[in-house]
Amino acid sequence: MTEWCRSWRDGLFQWEMMRVSEQATAESVARELGAFLERRREQIAQRWADAPLFRTVFTVSRDEAVEAGKAVVDALADVASTGRLENVAAPGFDSAREQLGRMAASRARSGYSPAQIADEAADLRTATADLLHGEAQDPSGDETRDVLLALTVLMGTLRLVIMETTIGAGEELIARQRQQLLEVATPVISLWEGIVAVPMIGTLDSARSQMVMESLLEAIVEQRARYAILDITGVPTVDSLVAQHLMKTVAAARLMGAECVVSGIRPAIAQTIVHLGIDLGSVVTRGSLADALAYALTRQGIEVSRRAAGVNPR
Amino acid sequence: MTFPTPFPGSLAAVPVLVLGDTLLVSLQGELHDGVAEQLQQDIAHRVAHSEATGVVIDVSGVDIVDSFLGRVIAEIAANARLLAARTVLCGMGPAVAITLAELGLTLPGVVTALDVDRAFELLRQDASTAAPGEAAGCT
Repeated sequence: MTEWCRSWRDGLFQWEMMRVSEQATAESVARELGAFLERRREQIAQRWADAPLFRTVFTVSRDEAVEAGKAVVDALADVASTGRLENVAAPGFDSAREQLGRMAASRARSGYSPAQIADEAADLRTATADLLHGEAQDPSGDETRDVLLALTVLMGTLRLVIMETTIGAGEELIARQRQQLLEVATPVISLWEGIVAVPMIGTLDSARSQMVMESLLEAIVEQRARYAILDITGVPTVDSLVAQHLMKTVAAARLMGAECVVSGIRPAIAQTIVHLGIDLGSVVTRGSLADALAYALTRQGIEVSRRAAGVNPR
Repeated sequence: MTFPTPFPGSLAAVPVLVLGDTLLVSLQGELHDGVAEQLQQDIAHRVAHSEATGVVIDVSGVDIVDSFLGRVIAEIAANARLLAARTVLCGMGPAVAITLAELGLTLPGVVTALDVDRAFELLRQDASTAAPGEAAGCT
């Protein structure tokens, strides 16, 4: 083997060693941090229990807050011992996810934004760093600085995890409520033979009006309805978009051979419709659901009358 | 009672059935533009050369009603009206109805019914309300 080749190989080897040693240093610092967290678990948890993030969430007793703090410290120590401080998806966090989720959900419920919650999580770092400083023989030494740096990175990761949990919980809530709203919005009621009604409640947007339209048309086919009543008593405001949705539903129902009656237009809404210059055109409107039902019955030649006094089948 | 075809030799792609004084047209599957136009002419001739007072167009077998077919249906209705016959469109499915409503093709002037049964019922009602000898009015 030639000389240069050997030197090149040695160089490569040295470089590799350097890289490995650098990595090893980082890992040893992380492990040192993990050891510190484990050693001071009790004190850190005690201090955290006083921080607003824990104090306001675990309100049953201080012990509960301390326990939750311990669980989080354990998770942090676990992550630190793996040597990869930046890993948000580290399995070590899994054990503390329940506590973190509870904290996030509770804070979010009291009206805190994810950023504010993350700020509160940042306070936890200070408490821990103070302990670390107190423990070190040489507070300004290189070693302490390294561990402190590792701690900062780790707490940053924790903040990210908390933030992720907060946003995840919020999104889950929104998705669930959206589904509930859609389900609430679309009951099609059979009022009489050949008469169906949809009592609409809440703001009508495109997705909801689409759902109303679909379920109404399906009900028309299923129940062979001749009349469909759209009751908008529960719709807070009617703008041009809502009116357009209504007109579309009326048109689609008419194409299926059913006549639509819009009922429950309140005086304020009637005024808005007139002011906006919306032309409800050929749509039949009635004041209340009862009036609309009466109209549909009359049109079908059905007469509802009170039985003569004194005649009671019961 | 049989009616002579207006164009002997011409093959109507869509059969027009005669039921008493009503013409029944059942559209199936995809309708090509040419076939639709042919049907339009066919119905106009049938109504003109017979005593038909009603036309029932059943679209329950149609998956897609595009703007062209929508226009053809509206024109069939307008033609028939001029020839003193009423047109009832029936059997439209929810999906087709939603599409047409979204497209803004609400077919004003075309009377609609849920199915063929209802369509005939409508025409019978009209015949009984209209004075004898007078053409059936339209809405």
